[in-house]
Amino acid sequence: MDKIVSHKDVVDQLSDGMTIGVGGWGARRKPMSLIREICQSDIKDLTVVSYGGPDVGLLCAHKKIKKLIFGFVSLDMIPLESHFRQARQKNEIEVMELDEGMVQWGLRAAAMNLPFLPTRVGLGTDVLTHNPELEYVTSPYNDAEKLVAMPALKLDIALIHVNKSDEKGNTQIIGPDPFFDELFARAACKTFVSSEEVVSTQELGGKDGAIFNRFERSLVTGVLHAPCGAHPTSCAPSYGFDIEHLKEYSAAAKSFDEYSTKYLNKTHQEYIDSIGGSETILNIPLPQF
Amino acid sequence: MSESISLAEICISSSSKAWKGEGEILATGIGLIPRIAAGLAKLTHNPDLMMTDGETYLISKPAPMGKRDISLDQVEGYMSYSRVFENLWGGKRHAMVTPTQIDSFGQTNISAIGDYGSPKVQLLGVRGFPGNFINHKNSIFIPNHSVKTFVKGKVDMVSGMGHQNKKLSNGKFEIKLVVTNLGVFDFNAENNNLQLLSLHPGVSVDDVIENTGFDVIIKSDEPTIMPTSDELTCIREVLDPQGVRNSIFGE
Repeated sequence: MDKIVSHKDVVDQLSDGMTIGVGGWGARRKPMSLIREICQSDIKDLTVVSYGGPDVGLLCAHKKIKKLIFGFVSLDMIPLESHFRQARQKNEIEVMELDEGMVQWGLRAAAMNLPFLPTRVGLGTDVLTHNPELEYVTSPYNDAEKLVAMPALKLDIALIHVNKSDEKGNTQIIGPDPFFDELFARAACKTFVSSEEVVSTQELGGKDGAIFNRFERSLVTGVLHAPCGAHPTSCAPSYGFDIEHLKEYSAAAKSFDEYSTKYLNKTHQEYIDSIGGSETILNIPLPQF
Repeated sequence: MSESISLAEICISSSSKAWKGEGEILATGIGLIPRIAAGLAKLTHNPDLMMTDGETYLISKPAPMGKRDISLDQVEGYMSYSRVFENLWGGKRHAMVTPTQIDSFGQTNISAIGDYGSPKVQLLGVRGFPGNFINHKNSIFIPNHSVKTFVKGKVDMVSGMGHQNKKLSNGKFEIKLVVTNLGVFDFNAENNNLQLLSLHPGVSVDDVIENTGFDVIIKSDEPTIMPTSDELTCIREVLDPQGVRNSIFGE
């Protein structure tokens, strides 16, 4: 079994109007090399589900997003995402703004093949005002409590960045927080992972390695070898987020051309070279809070 | 203590009381003052509090501000984002947060300012506010108490619910304490109005009234209790030895 694919192979699987889920969290472990590949393609009108960071911002800057389903978009140490901000303030994207936990619940419902999962979260807030499509469900038990019926967030494709994988899609997320990547994989018809390392099954570390295997290989359609593929987001324990780069990226909301010429429309290797090579990226320290 | 007591230190000491008597729960202080305040609560009156290293692990002692040697952290448990969600849905948490706007109902906004379709200022998004406020107690820290933060009418995008909807929360909703650069408040007056509990040095009742976009009940105009020397030692020597707190009010 060999699921190895190229950046182009993954983007060839996308089509206009699809719903794409992006793993990671804010400025952490985002499949950025795949996001850049989408940005340089003709794909348009995507619905994107994300705990958003520069993945959302870059897609906004390239006008790839029709609708964003999100709880936040942030670069962590730079709290506000300038490209997303601009897209919202110019009314360029539709939004379904949800509580972070409602996003998780929607993915979980999709993962479990359920139409919805009940929750109190959202009640008493404008999340319900601005998402009139969200319906209620009444508890069938004695309490008869009226709850929000959080609909399943079904994904056509999930894109996830991992630390390690074999050719069969036995992936490992070694950073301490796997975020909600497992649910993205389960909610999607197809999941493509980009991986820092592609190794043999023997090199996955047996039982000790298997605890880092957060979802099973049957969910993985394709494996892309993308060393430093999360840059400028972090990929613990290998590298932190590139704050200087994120500052330059943020400032580019005013005029995108210079940033674009310097860093975009390149092969993945050319991109890494434009940052100063993989050594430079692997030397970026992990953030400390 | 030779140094004079700063406004940041007064706010930290006042804010730490949010976790008084809260028992063995997760204390989350988001932002500089709330984070130091949570640490102060743990070091003084509530050692049972659980706190994270700001990322994924529960650690035995509050993480000091600024650079530290993280290899010295005594890790005692695990608190990934998924765990945080599970924890907060169970209600065993008390967070202190800083919304951009708050209204007379205690409704909070961190999502967007202005018209929702094309906001004047897009902020973070509602993040976890809807879930936090409906599932567990929260407290608020506002460093810039004004009619732009304490708004007339309703906040622009209700991210955290208010007390008029408490019945929706299975009794869990409560804003316990509101600490600002002007004084200490809560929402426990009759009809859940915001009420003044104490004034920080140099602040008058008129300052509070002028800077709040809705009615405030003046329960007390006593001066805010100053941090004790023990608290000052904890803040200055343990929790924030590099003085990161001074940046919040430019002190």
